[in-house]
Parts: sequence; structure tokens; C-alpha cells
Amino acid sequence: MGTDSSLLYTPLHSLHLDFGGKMVPFAGYSMPLQYADGIMAEHRHVRTHAGLFDVSHMGQVRLRARSGRVEDAALALERLVPADIVALKPNRQRYTQFTNPAGGILDDLMVIAQEDCLLLVVNAACKQADIAHMQARLDDCVVEPLPERALLALQGPQAEEVLAGFDPKAAPMRFMDVCTLNIGGVDCLVSRSGYTGEDGYEISVSAAQAEHVARLLLGNPHVKLIGLGARDSLRLEAGLCLYGADIDETTTPVEAGLEWSIQKSRRAGGVRAGGFDGADIILDQLANGVTRRRVGLLPTGRAPVRHGAPLFADAALQSPVGVVTSGAFGPTLEAPVAMGYVATPHAATGVELTAELRGRGVPARVASLPLVPARFKR
Amino acid sequence: MTLYFTNEHEWLRVDGDTAVVGITQHAADELGELVFVETRPAGTQVKAGEAVAVVESVKAASDIYAPVDGEIVEGNAALADNPAVVSTDPQGEGWIVKFRLSNPAQLDGLMDAAAYAAFVG
Repeated sequence: MGTDSSLLYTPLHSLHLDFGGKMVPFAGYSMPLQYADGIMAEHRHVRTHAGLFDVSHMGQVRLRARSGRVEDAALALERLVPADIVALKPNRQRYTQFTNPAGGILDDLMVIAQEDCLLLVVNAACKQADIAHMQARLDDCVVEPLPERALLALQGPQAEEVLAGFDPKAAPMRFMDVCTLNIGGVDCLVSRSGYTGEDGYEISVSAAQAEHVARLLLGNPHVKLIGLGARDSLRLEAGLCLYGADIDETTTPVEAGLEWSIQKSRRAGGVRAGGFDGADIILDQLANGVTRRRVGLLPTGRAPVRHGAPLFADAALQSPVGVVTSGAFGPTLEAPVAMGYVATPHAATGVELTAELRGRGVPARVASLPLVPARFKR
Repeated sequence: MTLYFTNEHEWLRVDGDTAVVGITQHAADELGELVFVETRPAGTQVKAGEAVAVVESVKAASDIYAPVDGEIVEGNAALADNPAVVSTDPQGEGWIVKFRLSNPAQLDGLMDAAAYAAFVG
């Protein structure tokens, strides 16, 4: 278990084994699916206490303009993403997507502005392609992967209390603020963010110090290690997209309901309107609408309706209107939860659809996202 | 009554021509806590290797296969409200289906407890 030599290990690999992690291959890494308590208990622990996730498989990349000016790095990155990066203030973070010329999504990512550079966090499975994409397109920038950095996420209603116990500067941070905190003598770059729908922090720390920091955090009795299984059910309840399932090269940010991440300055009439790959398509969709939308779905009964399940307008399964892209059992709601793409006329909250499950129909109601209210500290 | 095990990590408790079928502790540990169990209806004729039930964890759906040929007599109705009992008591209250054997000679190909213990390692 966890010894497949073709897989990469994160700096916390031995910690996972010490805590009984059930290791599985994920995006080329050996990662913990769950620990001894199991997915349901881990999920609930994050919603009620605080959970520590190893997300070191994700790519951390520094983007620096050759001019040395962060404004130039921001202008350069705006050629690849639809978000306003220029207006992102130092020590603030923002969510965006790399788009393709068809308006599809190559990857979704977080961007942190620093005084002299940008820091990006990208998906593990996409990081090599993202780095190559930036190197090919941003010749006015230096693209510097940071494989010597680990990334931890501390998530849940007690995350603030836990982290402020190490450095009181954690407490006044707001959602998407970024700050250097000292955790047990180790300087860490911390953002108040995460991917569970809970308040929490993401902690970038040198690989050499990662286990030390993780063990300090785990020394607090409120904190438990949480695996990828619960990370998936948490983000699904929170209505957050999984790249490769809910968003990919064939889905646009507007179809995916991510238009909130496209600021006014990049839209038609904005000061830097367009100018990113697929802008013609995406700006047109913002103005004129889309033919399908990502929606939340609440199937009736207890059977999870999963990725790939077709959706119909009628109980007889005759009128296809969409497909489920993520589905699981939601431990917080104690009911099945799902997301999928639905033809726009059927995508309004409250519409009753039917999902096909093992050859029969399961009623599924369109629900607004998130399915469990977010508790970010805005 | 005789207890048999399969290499699909199921057990059968055979009494005459009927068998109670469930999953082993090893399988239950691998699947994690179950959130839904659906058995095929009583009267369904199945061949060895065909599904008699599907069990779902948070993460995934898994089929439970007929270990031998036969007919489903009864599904464990208690699992509708309490699927987690398959995880906590897989070889007792967490049984999945009762089954009428149509070819008892197939039992010879299954394992006893000692052989299964060796199989799981």
C-alpha cells in the first residue's frame, strides 16, 4: 500500500502512512483516499470541527515579469484568463480559469498577488500542461514551478481558533486574504480560502518543514487528517467544480456558472474587455446567454446518482436534457447530491428532472448551488 | 449449516438448498461506510457472476455478485433504512440476500474459512 514506485509522493507521505491513510493513485501521486475513521466521519468532522488536508500534489507556480513589475505579470496573465488580475491587490487571492480559443476551460486556478510577482495554484493533473502553456504564451514572464513547496489546507469552523493559536494574525484575515504566518517557528504563506465551503486556510510551506507544521496542527485535538474522499464530497456539497468532471475543455466558464469570476473590467465595455483566449465566445455568452447551465441536483431517495448519469425532462426517460457531472452521497445533507449540465429551459431552481440510474428513473430536483451554505469569512 | 467464501469477498451460509449471502469483513473494510443497498427483487433468477445487489458508499457503487446459480428469495429489508449495518456487522445483521441454490455442486468450487483467510492474507 502506497509503495507503487511509479507514483510520486508528497512531502507528507510518511505522515499519511503513520495515520493509517488508505493510499490510492491520484493524478500521478500516491494520495490518501481516507484514514481510519472513513469518509463519512471525516466529512462531518470538517463541517463541525477542523480538518487538515494534504494538497501538495497541486501545482504551485511563481509568475514574474521580466520587467520585474508585478503589473506586467498581471497584464500578461490576463491574456490567458478572464479574471481581472491587474486590480488584484497585493496579499489578495482570486479564482480564475485558463481558457482555450473555443471558450473552454484548460484548468481552474487560484492567483495570489504579491508585491513583486504572482503565485498560482493549479490542479495536479494539469500542472505540466499549464506550465507549458504559460511558458509558450508569456514570453515576457518567467514561469517558475515551485515543487519544493508543500500545500496544506485547514478547513472547518474551528480552523481560525486552531491557527490563531499559533499566530494571532490568522484571526483578522478575511476570505481570500493572504498573509505570512509563523506556525511553530516556520514562516508559511497562508490564504484564507479552501475548497470545502467552510471557513479555513490554505498553507504553503517548504517541503522540508511540511511534516513539522502538519504535526503541530494535528497536535490540536480539534484537528483530524482528512482524505481525498471527503474532500470530494465536501466540495460537491459546496457546489465547487472538479476539473475534468464538472469543467473541462468543452465547458465554458459561463455554462459552468462561473461568470462571477469574470470581473466587469474584462467584460464588454470594461477597461480591459476581452483579450483572453475564447473571449469572443465567452463575452457573447455573457451578453446573450448559454444553451446549457451547470446546476445543483437533489435526487430523491438514498441512491447516489453519479458522474455520467443522463438527465431527462420526463419520468419515461424519453426527453434527454442533460447529464450528471458529479454525484455522491452528501454526508451533511444525509442524502444524495449531484451537479450536472442541463439545457437552459430546464435549468431553473425547482425544476423536476429524472436521472437514469441502473435503467430506471430517479426524480431529481434542480437546486441552487451551493447545496450546503458556504461559511466563508467575508 | 456450512459457511463458504468467494474470491469476490462474499460469504454464503448454506442450509439445505438455501443460502444467506453477504460480504466479508475484508470487503466491508474496503468499501467503507455504506449509504445505500439495493437488492434485486425476490424471484429473480441469476447465474453465478451476475449481480444480486448493488451497494453504494459515498464514493462509489459496487455490485454484489451471485456466487452460484440460483433464485433470489428475499433481500434484507432492514438495509433500506440502515445500510451502514453492512459495514458494522457484515457477517451478521448486514446479510444482503437469501438465495435458493439451483446447482449446489457449484459450492465445491468455493473456499472454506481457512482457505479464505489465506486468500486475504
